[in-house]
Amino acid sequence: MTAFIFRRLAALLPMLLAVTLLVFALMSLAPGDFLTPVKAQRDINPALIAELQKSFGLDRPWYEQYALWLGNVLHLDFGYSWTYKVPVAQLIAQRAPATILLSLTSLLLAWTLAIPLAVLAAARPGGWIDRLTSAAAYFALAIPEFFLALLAVWMAARTGWFPIGGLTSLDHDFLSPSSKFFDIAYHLILPTLVLGLGGVAGTLRVLRANVLDVLQSEYVTAARAKGLSEKVVLFRHVLRNALNPLLSTIGYAFAGLLSGSLLVENVMNYPGLGRLVYEAFIREDQFVVLGSVVVGCSLLIIGNLLSDLALAWSDPRVRYGR
Amino acid sequence: MVADILRSLLRRPAGLISATLLVLLYGMALFAPFLSPTTPSAQNLDRTYHPPTALVWQDGHLSVQLYQLVDPSTAAYQPLPERSVPLRWFSEGPSYKLFGLFPAHRHLFTVPDSHPIYLLGSDATGRDVFTRLLYGAGISLSIGLIGVFLTSLLGLTIGGLAGYLGGWPDSLAMRLTEFLMAVPGLYLLLALRAALSSRFPSDATFLLIVVILSALGWAGTARVVRGLVLSLRERPFILAANIIGQRPWTILFRHLLPNTFSYLIVAATLSVPGYILGEAALSFLGLGIQEPASSWGLMLGQAQDIKIFMLNFWWLLTPGAAIILTVIAFNLLGDALRDAVDPRFRLPGK
Repeated sequence: MTAFIFRRLAALLPMLLAVTLLVFALMSLAPGDFLTPVKAQRDINPALIAELQKSFGLDRPWYEQYALWLGNVLHLDFGYSWTYKVPVAQLIAQRAPATILLSLTSLLLAWTLAIPLAVLAAARPGGWIDRLTSAAAYFALAIPEFFLALLAVWMAARTGWFPIGGLTSLDHDFLSPSSKFFDIAYHLILPTLVLGLGGVAGTLRVLRANVLDVLQSEYVTAARAKGLSEKVVLFRHVLRNALNPLLSTIGYAFAGLLSGSLLVENVMNYPGLGRLVYEAFIREDQFVVLGSVVVGCSLLIIGNLLSDLALAWSDPRVRYGR
Repeated sequence: MVADILRSLLRRPAGLISATLLVLLYGMALFAPFLSPTTPSAQNLDRTYHPPTALVWQDGHLSVQLYQLVDPSTAAYQPLPERSVPLRWFSEGPSYKLFGLFPAHRHLFTVPDSHPIYLLGSDATGRDVFTRLLYGAGISLSIGLIGVFLTSLLGLTIGGLAGYLGGWPDSLAMRLTEFLMAVPGLYLLLALRAALSSRFPSDATFLLIVVILSALGWAGTARVVRGLVLSLRERPFILAANIIGQRPWTILFRHLLPNTFSYLIVAATLSVPGYILGEAALSFLGLGIQEPASSWGLMLGQAQDIKIFMLNFWWLLTPGAAIILTVIAFNLLGDALRDAVDPRFRLPGK
């Protein structure tokens, strides 16, 4: 199993190389570079600019710059953000946990809601639960995340029931540990609902089809024949097998969540990776963009790896071999 | 075969409803200049954040209620009692070009003496939201169709070639699709947008967005087409074509690819919403369609203005509702189309 994990992590490298190379090439095509706004600032020493230009090789063609950037990254130096005046690594370390937290809570919401609903819907196809959840899922999948986010913010602004944005209150630093936890949880409710709704609908549809599929198999008939209650059959025998295809797609679900959270974070003023990368793009803060893309893709691949491990854990037929 | 599918599609309630809805939506987009009482960039700075104007029945005419600005700072308008102006039907108004070709100046309805009519309210510069919604429909809806067309073309060619040729072109294409599917889409979208913006003049953003969305979207189609071609390749009719000595290109384009069309048409219908949502997301972030043009995403983006938030929630709702309606219609149509084509999807020789 260790060998399997190492092999998967090794596969991460060419992927990251390709992504960063692509982003680097694309960003170098865009007019201006990240020093353009710096040069316009008067309080920065020209010697410093020249030094930075040299250390990151901005006077050279982009492929050489890429090699230099890569060399710096190997020394764990992700560069410097001009907008925030801090090293990129520090910036990402601040922002990435928020995005991971939001993605996980959304995934959790999607699963806790979708699993029982899908099993109940598939247990009686065409019944009222089935029809209701199918219609709701159809509708939910059609709502753009940012529109939902707008509605949520409007609702929060009108009623005052929820915070309008952010992850913490102003007085967060002065709260006791337990109040800190509840403060964050309170701020997470709306973003999680907004981001998770599409996930609930998507998971529901896939899982319902899987459960219906598994219900046809002979061991289900056998389980029923030996007198197991329908609850045990559905939730112990059917569900475990129906979940497998879903487990293997968590990685892609995570990709969707990262993209979705970019929009939701921007509307809801949530201090995560998505907002960071968007603002960095607008300001051509090149190293922040690259660093975020590296972290985003790594998260994705690690998510894929975890989902493979979960699949192997839940399904003894799956082996770690090739 | 097309007529068969169409008849079977329209016999299903879901198919009929969604097809009618889409025809209506696209018709509205096509005839936007005729249906709207004014032009999308006509401002009226005395009438900002106007609430939707009421229509009343007066003296046997459908008339528009007149309003009075009570407090400019909170954009409070009050209806003037008993004051309304009858609508004029098929009257002359601002000139436009129908379908971008035919100069015309008739509108379905206008109000005489340039009294304002805001069926859905007005925005921060007093432009008519209803008009902008109609004009925006043209952009939002056509991006879906053009994008899907380009994607299908790309996916069909690449997937077909990969499946038919096998070997290194196949693995190259497949690694590329895996790459595209594994990277968070919006991140790449942003990168492409930043890189390509200087290559396109600002009035060609429409084209730019279509190109970006299609460049990222072909992967899924290509993978399935490849799979289909792989399985079709071993069928007797392809073996027969091989034996009588037809050239590989003829076999690919005349025999293999046409057999993937029924799948492709369903997949294309189901992926139109992705493009509409993609354009909306980009425009919403301010990276898509630019002012003074209008699109649904752009209108939603401008609705983040705090004043609209508190005063004119109508404006916020309508483009979003239009997007949801369109997406649902396309999904319904795709599902109905899939059932109509064949639940297990038709392959020759079955």
